[in-house]
Order: sequence, then C-alpha cells, then structure tokens
Amino acid sequence: MPYIPHSDADRKAMLEKIGVSSLEELFEDIPEHARFPDLNLPAPLSEIGARWELGSLAEANLSVAEGSCFLGAGAYHHFVPAVVDAVISRGEFYSAYTPYQPEVSQGTLQAMFEYQTMICELTGMDVSNASHYDGATATAEAVITAVNIHRMRRKKVLLSRYLHPEYRDVVRTYTQGMDLTIVGDEDGSGQLTEQLDKETACVIVQYPDFLGRFEDLSDLAEAVQDVGALLVVAADPIALGLLTPPGEFGADIVTGEGQGLGIGLTFGGPYLGFFAAKKKHVRKIAGRLVGQTTDAEGERGFVLTLSTREQHIRRERATSNICTNQGLMALAAAVYMSALGKCGMRQVAELCYHKAHYAADRVDALDGFSVLRDKPFFKEFVVRCPKPVAEINDDLLRKRAIMGGYDLGQSYPELEDHMLLCVTEMNPRQEIDLLVRTLEEVTS
Amino acid sequence: MTRPLIFEISKPGRCATSLPELDVPRTDLPEGLVRDDLGLPEVSEGDLIRHYTHLSQINYGVDTGFYPLGSCTMKHNPRIHEALARLPGFVHLHPYQEEQTLQGALFMMYTLQEFLMEIGGFAGVSLQPAAGAHGELTGVLIMRAYHLDRGDDARDVILIPDSAHGTNPASTSMSGLEVIEIPSDERGDVDLEALKAACEEHSDRLVGMMLTNPNTLGLFEKQVEEICAVVHEHGGLMYGDGANMNALLGIARPGDLGFDVLHYNLHKTFSTPHGGGGPGSGPVGVAGPLVDFLPSPIVTVDPEKSEGDLPFFTLSRPAKSIGQVKAFYGHFGVMIRAYTYIRMLGRNGLRRVAEHAVLNANYLKDLLKTTYPLPYDRICMHEFVLAGPPEDVQDAGVHTMDVAKRLMDHGFHPPTVYFPLIVEEALMIEPTETESKDTLDAFAEAMEDIVAEAREDPEVLHQAPLKAPMRRLDEVKAARDLILRWQPEEGEA
Repeated sequence: MPYIPHSDADRKAMLEKIGVSSLEELFEDIPEHARFPDLNLPAPLSEIGARWELGSLAEANLSVAEGSCFLGAGAYHHFVPAVVDAVISRGEFYSAYTPYQPEVSQGTLQAMFEYQTMICELTGMDVSNASHYDGATATAEAVITAVNIHRMRRKKVLLSRYLHPEYRDVVRTYTQGMDLTIVGDEDGSGQLTEQLDKETACVIVQYPDFLGRFEDLSDLAEAVQDVGALLVVAADPIALGLLTPPGEFGADIVTGEGQGLGIGLTFGGPYLGFFAAKKKHVRKIAGRLVGQTTDAEGERGFVLTLSTREQHIRRERATSNICTNQGLMALAAAVYMSALGKCGMRQVAELCYHKAHYAADRVDALDGFSVLRDKPFFKEFVVRCPKPVAEINDDLLRKRAIMGGYDLGQSYPELEDHMLLCVTEMNPRQEIDLLVRTLEEVTS
Repeated sequence: MTRPLIFEISKPGRCATSLPELDVPRTDLPEGLVRDDLGLPEVSEGDLIRHYTHLSQINYGVDTGFYPLGSCTMKHNPRIHEALARLPGFVHLHPYQEEQTLQGALFMMYTLQEFLMEIGGFAGVSLQPAAGAHGELTGVLIMRAYHLDRGDDARDVILIPDSAHGTNPASTSMSGLEVIEIPSDERGDVDLEALKAACEEHSDRLVGMMLTNPNTLGLFEKQVEEICAVVHEHGGLMYGDGANMNALLGIARPGDLGFDVLHYNLHKTFSTPHGGGGPGSGPVGVAGPLVDFLPSPIVTVDPEKSEGDLPFFTLSRPAKSIGQVKAFYGHFGVMIRAYTYIRMLGRNGLRRVAEHAVLNANYLKDLLKTTYPLPYDRICMHEFVLAGPPEDVQDAGVHTMDVAKRLMDHGFHPPTVYFPLIVEEALMIEPTETESKDTLDAFAEAMEDIVAEAREDPEVLHQAPLKAPMRRLDEVKAARDLILRWQPEEGEA
C-alpha cells in the first residue's frame, strides 16, 4: 500500500492541468534504456502480513527481557519509564523536521533548550549542542573540534587505550583524510602523559573507562592544558548521577553515549551522542545549537542559532557536515532526566554501583575467578576467568538464558580469558545470585 | 503568554518515577569522587506529561498538516512502522549478544541490504551511516580509499555543482579533499562544457564528482550519462546524493545510470519519521569495485554455520574497509520501518510512490506558476523552485521570508526558503505523493491569496505570522545574546 490518496478522477484532472496524457510521460527526461526497471522485489504484504512477518523475525531473537543481561561495554540495559515513549510517540514531535521555522517549531526548540541545560548540569560544562549520532561520532567530532581550535597546526591526538575500541575505530575513520597522528592506545604500558607535547591537539579518555574504572582527572587535565592541548572526556551519563562531573576536573569537552538516558538497546541504534564544551569554544563546535530570544511582542522563544558555523551556510568551510542529528533521542533523554530528576538520577546510579559491587564480591569469591581491583569501578568490572570467555558465555546462555559479559580478549590480547561484567538497576539480586551459581556450575 | 521551562515548574522533592529498593548490601561510595549536587528538574508525572503535551501542541509536524519542505520529503509516516519497531524482540536486543540469538534481526538487515541494492542498482550496501550527511562522508571516504588502494595517491579533488546541498562540500572537506564548484547552465543542468574543462584541468587529481539527481531545482539531469562518462574517463568516481531518490523509486536505478556510490535517506524516501531533526538513516550503496571498502560491519551469510537451506547470518568486516563510521551497526530501529515500507509496497507500490510524487509536484507547479515566477519551466521531478513572490510585490518590499511566515497563518508549514543558492528568493516546494489534490488546491489558493494581500497591504506580510504560536522570532538577538541554557535566578537553585 503506497499511502496515495488520489482518486482516478483526481489523477485525470491533474494530468490534464499539466498537459500530459499519462504518468509515464512525466519521465521522458530519463534515458529510455534505464526507465522503469523490472525490480526483483517480493510481492507486497498487507498490514496483517507485515505483522506476521516482522513478528516472527522479532521472535527469532532472544531479547534481554526474556533472559538476564550482564552485557554492557557501551550499550546498557537501563530502565526506561513509560512516560518517555508516551512523549516521543506524539506525532507533533516525531513527524516534524529540523526546526528551521521557529514560530511553528517551539515544541522541539524549547525541549532542545531544556535538553542542552540538562546536559550542561550533568557534565558540569557551559554549553551543550543539540546532539550527535552517538557517543562514538560525538567523540570523533570532538577530535576535529580540537584540531580546528589549533587551526590545524597541531596534528597529534592521544587516545586512551581504555577508550571504547569502537570509538577509537570511528575516530580513525573520521579523520583518515586529515593527516593526523593518532597514538597512545597501542599497548597498556606507560602513561598517556608521557606522550604529551606541544604537537598534541587533544587527549581523549573515557570516564568510567572501557573497563568500568574511574579516577580523579584533575592532574591529567592540568598536564594536558599545560602543553596547550584539550582534554576530551567521553563519559557515561548514568555514572554522572553519582560521580564528580568531568567539568569539575577541568575537561574542555565532554562527549558520551546518551543511550542509558531512556533509550532502548534496539540492537545498537538509534542512540544519542551528547557533546558539551567550555563556553570559549562555542564558535568552533559542531552541531545544532538552540538559543533563547524574543518574538515581535517580546515573548521568550527559541531558535536555532550560530548557524554560520554550519554546512548549509558555510559549505566547505563548516565546522562539520552534520545536518540531521538525533532530535527525537535527545527529547527522550530530556524526558528521562525530567522524570528521574535530581534524586532519581542519583538513585539509579547508586543502585548500579552497589549491585555491581555485590556481584563483584560474589564472583571474586568463586574458585578460579578473580576481579581486577586496581581502581574504583562503577557498574562494570573485569573478571579473570578459569576458561575461555566464549565457552563460559555459551554455557550461561544454554543453561539459564543468561547473557554473560563482554569478552575482553576480542579487543585486548593481554586480557584473554577476561570478561567485562555489567550490572544495572535492571538486575535484581536473584539474577545476580543465579549468575554466580551458574558461573560456578559451568567451571567446576 | 510565556510558557514556563521545565526547570521553572520544578519543586524540591518531586519525582516522576519510582525505583526499586536496594536489595543488596551497600558498598562505601568512592571518597572524593562523588558529586555534590545535580541541577535537574523535580516534577511530578502529571506535570511532566502536561509540560511536554503543551510543547507538542506548539509544534508542526506532518501529522498536523501539509509540510512541503523542499528536499526533505515530508511524507506520511505509516503507523504500522511504529508498532513493529516497538516489538520487544527488536527493542530489547543488545548489540553484543551472541549471533545465534540475533538471527531474526540479522535476517532483516541482510534482506534490507539486498532490497536497497536492487532498488539502487548496486553490488553492496552498508546500513551503518546514521543520516544523509553521514552517508556522504562514508561515500567520499570510500572513493578516496579506492584510489589510494590502487596507488593513485595524488587524487584530492571532488567536483560539486553550485546547486548542491551544503552537506556535499562539507563532507568533502571533512574527508581532507578539495572542492571545485561546477556552474549550472541556463536549463538548470550541470554546465557540461565547464565540467569537461574542470576534468581536463584536474584530471590527475580527480577523486570524483558528487551529483544530486534529480538536482535541487527538482530537475532530472538529462545529460547524466554523459556526465558520468566524462568523470569516469578521467579516472574519477560518481557519487549520487540520494536525498531526492523519492522521484526515482522504481523509475530508474542510479547504478544503471553510471553512479558508483549513492546514499539513501531512509527518513525521506522510505517514510521513516524525521523526529524533529533525526534520527535519520543514510545507508550507502556501491558498485562492485568498491564493495571491499564499505564500512564495517556488514551482514553476510556464514556458509560454515549455515545448515541446509537455513542460512546463518553474521556481522563481518569487508576486506579493505574504511573502518567503522559509528559504533555498532546503524540505526536498527529506523531500518525496521524502512524494511516494512518496502515489504508492504513491493515493486509496483514503490513505482506508484515516485509517479505520484512527480504528479503532485508538476500539478502544484502548474497551479502556482501563473502567480509566482518559475525560473525553469519544464517538467519537474518530485519538487520545484519558484523565484519568490512576483516582481511588483518584491518591489513593494515583500520577500520570500514574508510569504513563508504568512503561510503559517494559513495553516501550512512553509517550503524550504533561500535554497538552492542559485535562485534568488528561492521557494523550494516538495509536496510528496501522500498529499491529495484537495490539499494542493488549498495550498495554491493560500499562496495566491498571499500575493493579493501583499499588493493590498504589504505590512500584514511583514508582521506575519499573526496566528502561529509565536510572532516572528529575532534570530539576530539570539546570536548576539547567546543564551544556550537556562540559569536559575539569583537566590533560587
């Protein structure tokens, strides 16, 4: 069903007005040999047929709602209050385009202004843009911003080895034509600060890092800024409900994956990249910005602003090519943060923290398992296992429909047989106890 | 009436959600690393729903009315898509689950890759790019990598027509390449002689050309095959900006016309909602020689794990991949909607979409061209561009922006304005196929009324909008004041 409202009489009248006798005649500019190809596509489905087909595809998967999930590593099984979907399901929001005409787009614009404020509060930064595609691309854009702030004179970028492996991949993909030197993440030895110099445009660390650990970043910020470079911190917004925000450590840019803020796992997307910076960098950052103004009668209202940074005005000299961003996902995050509020955000973070520590203590006590405890951790922790992680995970899945931890050996050769377990507010104590019992069972 | 911000209705102690009690022993919090305060709003659930419901009521979407925003393809978003995208077996999938638990999801992605290859005429597709501009960056990086892989490392120039979307040159410079602009001719097509000269001049440096077809005037580039041939002769590749693909569904395949790379906009052509500024989805299709360069991962069949007729789907990295362009695999939730659209329309349905999109655009163009100047008067594709209000009205000081704002008072969303840059006072109108003749007639009548009104009392147009949720907003003040977040009043907080 192509959702076309034309009656035969309408179609005839319209063709007459145009002065052609058939729909085909409208396409005479197209080379004849390529016109009207015989596409090899299956026969159309009815709405009932589509429900059956997609329903059976959905059922062919095992969802985290059916089993129990201890997988994290950049995508998290967090609680999504019902109000989030209720708001983002309103057609006035989701069937709108980017708010180019502010007088009829105040809903989107005010919600984005509120979102920007919440992200500033959460990260401890001055300004936030209206979103990026995800945490990885927001981080890649932060690298480009840092290089542009240095007017392309500094071309060295230092990445922490414990920045998400996929984020590091995306940073390298994005900048492959920019002639940068991207180092720091080659092996686990040595400190990032040893490679800092006057060629360095920025240093990027994750907070908590990919292994779940966090630490005070003040000394790092000072060392980075001493050589004139920028400190970029990719942060978990749920952790920021409890932990000192990177802005307090002096970070120049804070990016991150906003999926935990009320957005479903949805097999990896759509998610939400957030991006916040110090005010002095506002003219160099990428992405849409919503600003406050007044209308002809003096009423407060909101518009897209500083668009002279953007591609539709500045074309090849723009700060980025980004156009469509993640508007509806940013709205979801704003609704989530409003619903939880000051206290709820702290409560979720504490639930994650205490449950993860309970799980870590229990797993650590098992024969053959040991938990890495070199630094404090938040909701994820590293466990050394007595046999290959893939084998353990297969057993967990087969016996109890448990999705075990991320196999760190995939990305870190030195962490073969190490698993990254993640515990959130969605894992009741019984689930954690069942995980522990099953781990014991499959390794004894 | 000033609407309060959510922060302004906040009171300490309110909360719109309930969380479970802690069911494990507490652990000491990390000393010195715990934040003091978090300035988020505190509201009840009822207040929250009213706040956002009020905001939605001052927002215009396709669900509200006609939204003829040129180049944005604001068609109806079918509700079945929303229902299916929310199935628990799709929403609650973690990207790092074992592949054996994901075969339904991977089958859908694999099949969507196949559908898009067939519709576009390509040998490979990546679903990873998150939006149109992201697809462009991906495509340009693929073209660059292809040349480098052949040892052809002096190529650093991309040709772009002056009518192109701004994302084209921005994506090019992000890829570290140089933009050379190609002028349009008097018919609105690429100036072929200028193109040939540029190709000659930059032959050794030519990465390729980015071309939108139909172009941003809504016109099909009749010389498209000749353009492709010229660029190919000089060793360049042809990039197609698929933003305007709604005109070509089932009508012509870009791959058959000579394009080597193309991004699709699932949120335009394939009817997935735009979300007030995303999420979009910008899959990239490529010709055979470029398949190995696609971003990682793509969905393939693993013959070793397949059993009999039952294929086992897996995520794999193409041999010479440019790398990942985002984390994970793309906007899966958007893919479900596009997959459903293609499955419910089938071959004939897709062709009917393009036919009626083009019918609507030509009909509306012919209704309006007697009142508004039409710089390129020929059969258009899915959209057309007017050169603002008539000359006498412009002389009286009424411009495209005034017409756009006055349309709001008539209950319509304005068209795209002041783009493409090659038409002064441009009004770019794309009706899409899901609008009826009645709606188009009503819109044309409003456009005519506005001109009549401008001749009678131009001041009304300068004052517009008068009936929208807000009067005209001061964008200069916003850029000057640069208030980008709410701040608590002194003594509050």
